[in-house]
Amino acid sequence: MKARVHVMLKNGVLDPQGEAVRHALGSLGFDGVEGVRQGKVIELDLADGTTEETVRDMCEKLLANTVIESYTVELA
Amino acid sequence: MKAAILVFPGSNCDRDLKIAFEKAGAQVSMVWHKDDALPEGTDIVGVPGGFSYGDYLRCGAIAANSPITRSLKAHVERGGYALGICNGFQILTETRILPGALLRNANLKYICRTVPLTVRTADSDFTRSWEVGQQLQIPIAHHDGNYQADAELRAQLEGEDRIAFTYDENPNGSAGDIAGVLSANRRVLGMMPHPERAADEAQGNTDGRAMFDGLLSALVSA
Repeated sequence: MKARVHVMLKNGVLDPQGEAVRHALGSLGFDGVEGVRQGKVIELDLADGTTEETVRDMCEKLLANTVIESYTVELA
Repeated sequence: MKAAILVFPGSNCDRDLKIAFEKAGAQVSMVWHKDDALPEGTDIVGVPGGFSYGDYLRCGAIAANSPITRSLKAHVERGGYALGICNGFQILTETRILPGALLRNANLKYICRTVPLTVRTADSDFTRSWEVGQQLQIPIAHHDGNYQADAELRAQLEGEDRIAFTYDENPNGSAGDIAGVLSANRRVLGMMPHPERAADEAQGNTDGRAMFDGLLSALVSA
């Protein structure tokens, strides 16, 4: 089984990389890009039967820094 | 004073930190990240700068889960001293030994230059040799030194007098210009600037040396 974890900076934490991407899009002529937030996608190959709870535990302990990041877990 | 300096794959300020401690008179051992115990009688653990584990995932995140880091946590919980500089500060926040987090610099650039800092508290064995308000010139060299602390945490750090240093000209976007913070028991300091790179005449700057001298006199008399 696979799991996909999305890690994003929490709302309210300024994302300087996202801001730089937004500026770059503007200079390429893409108007109207009002905000860009950049995050990470982490794909995990897991033993069958691994629970969402275990994946969330991985997020809490390593994959995300919950001081500044939030995460979502998709199991497939 | 016995100092133990942790060495991770990618640490690169470990030897400078060793020399700074030794010049102050400490007995220093280097401890590899796969070791699971600190040397007997360690008074202070130095967590050096560099790029532990290539900064993979987040700066300091992998090191924070290294075997030796469990011993570091136990040492700190027993009331032991620790000094984390640059990547060491990132590791101390990733372990939650110190609050907050360090993000990419606001201007997205790696910054390597000497910057003016102001000492904000003399109430710690790290900063006791200085006076509050004293200005120091200390080198910084980082890409991810943008200290994140929300309003509540900043108020707490200010209220408890735990901000050790602030930048005079904020180089990286850090909240409240914060360059270094202390733990609640004032025995753990994390800072982005490098006092160990300003601790010897040969480095052309000795503004950082008083930190190591102050620690030595505190820990020898303790």
